[in-house]
Amino acid sequence: MQVFLNEREITVPTGTTLKQLSSQQKADADLIILNGFPSNADPPLNESDRIVLIKRGEIPAPEELEALMMSRHTPGVHEKVRNSSVGIAGAGGLGSSIALALARIGVGRLIVVDFDLVEPSNLNRQQYFIDQIGQPKVEALRDNLLRTNPLVKVQAIHDRVTAGNIKHLFGTVDVLAEAFDAADQKSMLVSGFLSQCPGMPLVAASGIAGFGPANEIRTEKVTKQLYIVGDGCSAAQPGQGLMAPRVGIAAGHQANAILRLLLGKEPA
Amino acid sequence: MDIQLNGKAFQTDPEIRLNLLLESLKLDPQQVVVELNGSVLTIDQFSATTLAHGDIVEIVQFVGGG
Repeated sequence: MQVFLNEREITVPTGTTLKQLSSQQKADADLIILNGFPSNADPPLNESDRIVLIKRGEIPAPEELEALMMSRHTPGVHEKVRNSSVGIAGAGGLGSSIALALARIGVGRLIVVDFDLVEPSNLNRQQYFIDQIGQPKVEALRDNLLRTNPLVKVQAIHDRVTAGNIKHLFGTVDVLAEAFDAADQKSMLVSGFLSQCPGMPLVAASGIAGFGPANEIRTEKVTKQLYIVGDGCSAAQPGQGLMAPRVGIAAGHQANAILRLLLGKEPA
Repeated sequence: MDIQLNGKAFQTDPEIRLNLLLESLKLDPQQVVVELNGSVLTIDQFSATTLAHGDIVEIVQFVGGG
């Protein structure tokens, strides 16, 4: 019978139980994950089961890192995600959080474009650290992403996105995330990408400022290529700021919409 | 003239230009995305685009924050 141990296909006798396999293969494992979920039981294994054996606190060997990191994924997801490429336009509150979520799930290639530097007012919602103040956001983000998951290929491009370079920057991605701050930049990117890259999906955001109810943030399908996350109306403006919880919720919506698109599912 | 605007019937002046439709709706052309009969237009096309009876127009307005 064939099963997958740490993503490696192995042959085990029919009737082998989870604990028998664990004690044979890694006797000191103290976290046993069966088909994406931790198990303390000792069920007989089935054909094509996916088992991951982890010893807590042990830094895995490079060749095992990927399997161990992705062991809580829904089975079957990782191959598709690993072969995917996602563009992220803007590395602020939305973009840095979207990028981190996609790096954690092992998206193969991330193309992140931003012209800005990390500064103190970013730190109330953006995925940077005090010691990164002054660095180009894309470089700080690349460092943070690679610390999180060294297997992701990050293209960090320190430049301003314009109507003239959208196709050059993002023409090869599977999905693009719009993660800009200014409304006119959002409009420029979405209009430019949808007209220059017909058929390619784009997940944008509008209406994420303040601390209005989380449940008002929604993912909506607007046209056959365009999805928009937000409440549609909460603008960043004098009297209404941008803060980690609601921006993070919107970024989570965007990242999940992107994951669903990569897996061939409708986001909304 | 009748067009369909964001899924609903809408009456405009005959052969209205897109930039004037946006102005009548009090929308900033720099902050919208416009799809006309399934094709997305860019801002430089707005004033040269004349709408026709029966056109299907989708307008999305963006607000800032990110």
